[in-house]
Amino acid sequence: MKTLADLKKIREKAQEEMKLRGGKVRVKIVVGMGTSGIAMGAREVMKTFLEEISNRNLTDVLVTQTGEKGLSSLEPVVDIIEEGKAAVTYGNMTPDKVRKVVVEHIVNGRVVSEYVVATGS
Amino acid sequence: MSLKRIDLLICCGSGCVSAGALKIKERFHEVLAQQGLTNEINIIETGCMGPCDYGPVLVVYPEGTFYKAVTPQDVEEIVGEHFVKGRPVQRLMLREEEKVVAAQKEVPFYQKQVKVALANCGYIDPESLEEYIATGGYEALGKALTELDPQQTIEVVKRSGLRGRGGGGFPTHIKWQLVQEQKADEKFIVCNGDEGDPGAFMDRSLLEGDPHRILEGMMLAAYAIGANKGYFYIRAEYPLAIKRIRNAIQQAKTAGLMGQDIFGTAFNFEAEVRTGAGAFVCGEEMALIHSLEGQRGNPTPKPPYPATNGLWGKPTVVNNVETLANLPTIFIKGADWFSSMGTATSKGTKVFALTGDIRNTGLVEVPMGITLRELIFDVGGGMVGDHQFKAVQLGGPSGGCLTKEHLDVPVDYESLKARGAMMGSGGVIVMNEQKCMVNVAKFFMEFCVDESCGKCSPCRIGLKQMYDILARITAGEGTQDDIAELQRLGEAVSKLSLCGLGQSAPNPVLSTLRYFRDEYEAHIRDKACPTKVCPDLLHFMIDKSRCIGCSLCARKCPVTCISGSREDKYTIHQPDCIKCGNCQDVCPVKAIDRIPGMHADVLAHRAELTKNNEYED
Repeated sequence: MKTLADLKKIREKAQEEMKLRGGKVRVKIVVGMGTSGIAMGAREVMKTFLEEISNRNLTDVLVTQTGEKGLSSLEPVVDIIEEGKAAVTYGNMTPDKVRKVVVEHIVNGRVVSEYVVATGS
Repeated sequence: MSLKRIDLLICCGSGCVSAGALKIKERFHEVLAQQGLTNEINIIETGCMGPCDYGPVLVVYPEGTFYKAVTPQDVEEIVGEHFVKGRPVQRLMLREEEKVVAAQKEVPFYQKQVKVALANCGYIDPESLEEYIATGGYEALGKALTELDPQQTIEVVKRSGLRGRGGGGFPTHIKWQLVQEQKADEKFIVCNGDEGDPGAFMDRSLLEGDPHRILEGMMLAAYAIGANKGYFYIRAEYPLAIKRIRNAIQQAKTAGLMGQDIFGTAFNFEAEVRTGAGAFVCGEEMALIHSLEGQRGNPTPKPPYPATNGLWGKPTVVNNVETLANLPTIFIKGADWFSSMGTATSKGTKVFALTGDIRNTGLVEVPMGITLRELIFDVGGGMVGDHQFKAVQLGGPSGGCLTKEHLDVPVDYESLKARGAMMGSGGVIVMNEQKCMVNVAKFFMEFCVDESCGKCSPCRIGLKQMYDILARITAGEGTQDDIAELQRLGEAVSKLSLCGLGQSAPNPVLSTLRYFRDEYEAHIRDKACPTKVCPDLLHFMIDKSRCIGCSLCARKCPVTCISGSREDKYTIHQPDCIKCGNCQDVCPVKAIDRIPGMHADVLAHRAELTKNNEYED
């Protein structure tokens, strides 16, 4: 390391690794991990999100979990929360649907309306 | 590396480690491996988060959920409920007035705190250079080296108003300026990590929790004064602090942040750790320098000051750990930002270690000028149990005791000094109404007698004399002249001692004499310890109207001084009683009372002994 620019490069990469602790994120993905969600495969859904986002090197996306959301018949349920936009809730998620949501919604900003079960917070 | 969804921060400050944090960490590794979650969750060991009383503590990000008093048995539940199902375990969260505190930032303990030196402590992994850089680390150094000359660097610190955090409060920029102006082939910067006050753990926590910050601070100081070599003097009782600083030095070297041509400039710097053997006097800068040189850690008269004749006779700056820790932030956020906090003469923040009879024992950082009341009752959470606040000892064995009347005194160098206490390095010992102030003064005096290096007579002989008087008073053999003699000796030792240790050692006695003279008088005149602490000045009594004659006390008495029967009830033979308190502990009907004052039988017995001795003479 010889310049401030080198330091900045390291800093940006390291901040990336620490974004869970309050860094800036563009999109927050919240997977409903209540009992019914898990019974319907929420773990697989969560894992697929983590894999897809990691593979695509999407650095401004955060994946987290929440408890029962009350939409048991539509589990697994996932909220996509973007700053300044209404939250989008997808239901009946599967790993394949997750891949599509990542490509269409997270990367290209187009909501996959066929999977949407609710919007707004 | 796969994407993580949870950062689990485990506080590995010494308080939490002794409460079992490492076992919890291992258990998390096991449980996460069992459940196949290892790739999704980061386990990070951090430095001290501060609220040691709640330890072991954990914080789970992104939500910032704060867990307290976690045990290895709780780990499975946290993983199963929180990490898998997203339901924080409320049972382990802090409750404030029946409400669960959801996130760390909402914990009342943190509300009035402003973290500058401690900003990263408990937030980053202290063994990771990258995490320190992520928080803006080494930017201050880079900017200073490339944009400022040494004199401008000193000017920044001058404008910030930073004063030494080791206790004295000497303006940092003056120390630097003196050394910068010296012409010498070699200069040195020394970090004083010889924290030795009973109940103080500020420097240890900083060194353990954010070592790169101290290192960066040292390099800023070195650049300003023209030094190319730095020494960390850390006591050997702090093995983790030593390990972490060594690790930080190694990482900085590997990354090219230390060594030759740092940031492409002509500035070269090397640092190494020297361990101290634990002598309190080595916190005094001249003694510290001699110890670094491999000599006996004794102070020498000043002048010459270290600024001209320091380590190996070269110009040297000795800065405290916390002083150095403030520097990177001063350069990033600006001198004006720093000087906007605090009072007219004391700028910025101060780290305190809260201990004693206070609810939130732990490590805190507050703006200068906050009142003692805010520090003790708002940040510290007030007294444990139903007890009353009696006194606070600031500055350890060199400081003084303040009382209820002083609760609205602002915490700054001058205000505390004017009242006979001092800022010191930041140890705050809070005491409730059950503490005997004569005994407290004796405790600190004993510490200073032990730690006196013996080089100058006022300290070596004077402190011992003061201790003997205090011991006599607490043994019930004090005389009316003792108070005046303590005062005279204390003032003499303060004036005549060679170094700071002796000059400040009488403070606990002088300040308690000033504010708690009635307690000294009760000990001497009434032969009574009003708080029932000094064993010689209290006695135990069995109340026959409550005694059921069960004989338990008599059977548990180690010196068999209790006798009686079911019919006559039990009595204590006072002259033989050693005041161990066993009888009071075992009495099933609480018929035994602890009463201040020497029992008449004991007084008579002592008088008899004196008379016999006189015959023999």
